[in-house]
Amino acid sequence: MKSWKIYVGIDLGSTTTKAVILDQNQRVLGKGITNSRSNYDVAAAIARSEAIVQARFSLLRSFVRDHETLVQVTDKVLPVLELSFRFQQYLEQLGRLQTELHRAASSSRYENRQSELERLVDLIVDEMAVRMKEAFVPGHERKSDFFRDLAGAEYMKLAEDHASKNGIGFEELCGLYDAAILPVENTAGKTGFIENIQSALASTVSRLAEDPSWTPRIETELRACVSEGAQAQLEEIATVGTGYGRARLPFPREQIRSEILCHGLGAHEMFPGTATVLDIGGQDTKAIQVDENGIVTSFQMNDRCAAGCGRYLGYIADEMNLGLHELGPLAQQARKKVKISSTCTVFAGAELRDRLSMGQRREDILAGLHRAIILRAMSLLARSGGVDDEFTFTGGVARNPAAVAAVERLIAENYGERTINISPDSIYTGALGAALFAKKGGRDAHEFKRN
Amino acid sequence: MADTKRPSGAAVQKDLSMDLQKKMIADHYLALQNSKAEGRKSVYTFVPGNLTELIRSFDLLPVLPEINALQSGMRGLSAGYIAEAEKAGHSEDVCTYVKCDLGMLKKGNISPTGTQLPDPDLLLLSYTGCFTFMKWFELLREEYGAPTSMLHVPYQSNGTIQEHQIEYVVDQLKTEVIPKLEKISGKKFDEGRLAEMLELSARAEDDLVWVLESAKNVPSPIDAYFGGVYYIGPMFTAFRGTPEAVDYYAALRREIEERLRRKQGPVTPEGEAKNERFRLVVEGPPNWTSFRAFWKMFYDEGAVVVASSYTKVGGLYDRGFRHDPSRPLQSLAEYCLGCYTNLGLPSRVDLLASYVREYNAHGFLINSVKSCNSFSAGQLLILRQIEERTGVPGGFIESDLVDPRYFSSANIKNRIESYLQMLEQKGRTEARA
Amino acid sequence: MNRELAKLVKRTAGLHEDLALTSVHQWKEEHPGAKAIGHLPIYVPREIIHAAGMLPVGIMGGGEDLEIIRGDAFFQSYICHIPRSTIELALSGRLDCLDGMLFPSICDVIRNLSGMWKLLFPERYVRYVDVPQNFAPGVGGLFWRHELEELKRELEELAGQTIRDEALRASIEVYNENRRELAALYAARSKEPWLYPSYEMYPVVRAGNVLPPEEHTLLLRAYRELARQESERVEMDLSRVVVVGTFCEQPPIGLLKTLELAGCFIVDDDMLLGLRWLTEEVPVEGDPMQNLVDSYLEHSASTASRYEPEGDKGRSLVNSVRVNMAEGVILAAPSFCDPALLDQPMLAAALEREGIPYTQFKYSEDMGQFAVIREQTGTFADSIRLWNEKGV
Repeated sequence: MKSWKIYVGIDLGSTTTKAVILDQNQRVLGKGITNSRSNYDVAAAIARSEAIVQARFSLLRSFVRDHETLVQVTDKVLPVLELSFRFQQYLEQLGRLQTELHRAASSSRYENRQSELERLVDLIVDEMAVRMKEAFVPGHERKSDFFRDLAGAEYMKLAEDHASKNGIGFEELCGLYDAAILPVENTAGKTGFIENIQSALASTVSRLAEDPSWTPRIETELRACVSEGAQAQLEEIATVGTGYGRARLPFPREQIRSEILCHGLGAHEMFPGTATVLDIGGQDTKAIQVDENGIVTSFQMNDRCAAGCGRYLGYIADEMNLGLHELGPLAQQARKKVKISSTCTVFAGAELRDRLSMGQRREDILAGLHRAIILRAMSLLARSGGVDDEFTFTGGVARNPAAVAAVERLIAENYGERTINISPDSIYTGALGAALFAKKGGRDAHEFKRN
Repeated sequence: MADTKRPSGAAVQKDLSMDLQKKMIADHYLALQNSKAEGRKSVYTFVPGNLTELIRSFDLLPVLPEINALQSGMRGLSAGYIAEAEKAGHSEDVCTYVKCDLGMLKKGNISPTGTQLPDPDLLLLSYTGCFTFMKWFELLREEYGAPTSMLHVPYQSNGTIQEHQIEYVVDQLKTEVIPKLEKISGKKFDEGRLAEMLELSARAEDDLVWVLESAKNVPSPIDAYFGGVYYIGPMFTAFRGTPEAVDYYAALRREIEERLRRKQGPVTPEGEAKNERFRLVVEGPPNWTSFRAFWKMFYDEGAVVVASSYTKVGGLYDRGFRHDPSRPLQSLAEYCLGCYTNLGLPSRVDLLASYVREYNAHGFLINSVKSCNSFSAGQLLILRQIEERTGVPGGFIESDLVDPRYFSSANIKNRIESYLQMLEQKGRTEARA
Repeated sequence: MNRELAKLVKRTAGLHEDLALTSVHQWKEEHPGAKAIGHLPIYVPREIIHAAGMLPVGIMGGGEDLEIIRGDAFFQSYICHIPRSTIELALSGRLDCLDGMLFPSICDVIRNLSGMWKLLFPERYVRYVDVPQNFAPGVGGLFWRHELEELKRELEELAGQTIRDEALRASIEVYNENRRELAALYAARSKEPWLYPSYEMYPVVRAGNVLPPEEHTLLLRAYRELARQESERVEMDLSRVVVVGTFCEQPPIGLLKTLELAGCFIVDDDMLLGLRWLTEEVPVEGDPMQNLVDSYLEHSASTASRYEPEGDKGRSLVNSVRVNMAEGVILAAPSFCDPALLDQPMLAAALEREGIPYTQFKYSEDMGQFAVIREQTGTFADSIRLWNEKGV
């Protein structure tokens, strides 16, 4: 029986909760992310479980190397297995949703319409299961990986159809969903690796059996691999949690580190040359200076006013009826300079409408907005001590090409040449830092063994 | 006064100074409440540049609206008062002390302890270290129709007190302030009486300075910011120059001497702070509406404030200044000129940097207060300067004096914890090196 | 528009927008060895600077076109804009042509800014000018005299020359004339505001911050003449308002345009108040320093940062409304400006006692959006018209 020592870091953010698992060589074994929810214990548990899932899958992938036949078809087989697994998770949650929908429908306010509602609910859920099965195949793009988003969209659409066909109000069906989704979200359920891998395996085998290149040998080796993956012993040595704005994090005090420190250390781990970190999140911005060991030497956070944070772009996107990811590319097509002095979210809509009515182009306005956001970040950076080499940019806004362009330009103009680092995994920076603190041990982490 | 013997001698002594102070304050508010009936007049004035001895030498009663405002903040009354003032047209942007005071006025001028405050017979506008003071008393003048005396205390922009500045203040005392005090009190200025009181002030100041400097010890027996607020009370408010103040500071000193002897840490609302892990110098006034919660964020982490600038806002005594009975008016002028918020930024930086060194601090923290431009404008530069000069890391948090809307507990806790963890990590890496 | 006028307007607009202070550089080139002394709002005795052969340069913030990169690092969000832009100007090198900086006492932010200057630029000449709040000649007057003598000595040292009384008297006369021209222009605008649109006149007045006073006087006179002859400017019947609160951080030109678009003529204001601070002629005979002292004590403009002895609050404003036949008052204030904002309730009370309508809003020097102010002021302009037509 193989055994791995692991160290876990969990970051409870305002929008998403992340977990990172490190092995004893400080390599990332798995990462997990889920949407934050009102029960913090559950959010942390799910993120952790997701990271464990990823860890086991990555171990599984390493075991494949020992299986000569399977290794040749890895690229065809493993993606199907992983997606089947995801679908099993979806089904598990869908099952719980169904239970909760029934429970909600049994409320006295629905009186005589109960059985009709329950019938419709079952119809909808069945269709959701059928439709989503096709979403979890290789090549298919899903808008989100969170159950809440996927299920919500599907349910609403189906509820619309069924409501109009049957005379039952769409509002009532929505009401049922709103009541049911909360307990589903706030209970941990059984979405772990062990609970679902066997059904995923079965589903994978039956799907791939149609393929001409499939052989019994492959099946045997796959089953063996999956077994090894499920039975691998993950010995959790230490866990550290972090997160902002929680009056009570679901960890004992010794296991909590400030998110600033975690963020600094995480960024430094991703890019060892990091000296300055800028994180523009949904509702706060952090400017952090770290030393050669990744330890924070100074920091500044935005004060009460969250103007210029990620959420501001969200409002703008809503106003313009665009997806958040479309803002950046549009802004890059600007031709004229538009100076926006205020990034106040309260007036975002009015300011935008005003400028559009004055004849300014969307692209130019957007470019001005992006620059304004980054200008605020620049003053926070200046307050924290400036921009040293290397500069690491994290947070959702770091995925926005116009924001990145503005950062590059303003840094060059004011500080000169700097190496600018951006990781596609930057959302895990805080959790990674927490995991590193777990590994460092000492007062930082609490020793305990996992059963 | 506690006369029952308790098993632990220390517990009895700890209560004595607090009892004394409580009594002084209660008596004072009562005297104010009864003032009209007893034919005594009251003078409203400010903490920086307060001329308590001069006022009392005329048997007048001093009232300090700033103290009323902060007390209102600590008792959960300020939010309502501020709302009242904003309803009457005051801007969200302006100083919340002023709004709190105006709101309290509109609601009947009841003191934070529930007693009736008298209308002012004179507004002694000690224009020291804060521009907003001028507007505050102009506004009160409109409300009360009371006579006002402007005492312009020039700004120490050069880092030294200049002769012509002292002369200017003394001239104003002679030609503007004292005549008005004489008029409302019906008494002639008695320089001898003033000198007597200044002598008492000097004695109490000696003890106060001793108490403040006790924080140089490791561990410190006092918290010089949260705890410090209680220690400077009588000195900064209505009691300097009185025998009661002398007694208070003597008692306080004995208590702290005892704490030192027993190597005890500072008193906090939750008992003795036993684990001094971080020694900090703090710049900026405290928050009053969440005073206890704010303090707790410090002592929970083993952070003790060993020196602060706020405790110098009503007078800087630990650099040698004492009220001097041999030159009463000049001494009053020097006192006013030396109040912390009347010092130029370079002097403030010098003072804070020397505190970091003298008090062996691990870190330097600024509580930047939205209401107070006098303190706050320039603090970001002060932060960098102190870091450069002393090498200790600086922390920066933001809150307000008495508007609870500007105290975000989660935000502040996050910053303090991050800062202290940063200090701790720094200590680790330095030990390893 | 008449070509002469267009040229003048273009020039003054250019001077206003020129944050690099090119004209000051030019002046220094034309006067080798001569120095330029910057000062913040509101009032410094420019006569003394001038008498030393130096050019006083008013620095009133960076306005709407200056992007703040470094300045914001020094100030929290609840502090007004002008210190940020001023620091930005300094740190970007635009103020390098100045050989000194004077900070008059006006509020705590500017006061502390003087200290920041000393920390940031220790090798430069910086002085805090502590204007007196006691106006008794033997008390405040003595103090102010001493302050001015110290200032004079320091300027002499900087200039490398003694300031003799004759020179000072001559400078006083120069500035007296400048103030006369300014008063004449303001009076002309008050009389026929359609001839002197505020957004056009403002840069002409503001040019006094960067031009030598002699040149500025000629400019003012020329503008007054040329604008008066502008035949295309027809009489309009907009609401006449007095604007106060704009004595330090300046409103952007866009705001001035907005006010007129909304239906208001500004017939008096306190913008660039330092240029018109002394409301009467400073005597030329006798002891010039004492004359400057006495003029400050007796003939200073009324404003939020100056103490008003009993019963005077708002009197000057009401007076201005009457003299300029204004129909209402705009109580403007920069965001976070303690002096202006705390004064407003007292001014409002004085206006209410006199039955003078008013409206209030906040602005900042860098604002680019005026929709809300346009709406508010437009409504105000209409309502005071209606109110007046009722014959009250």
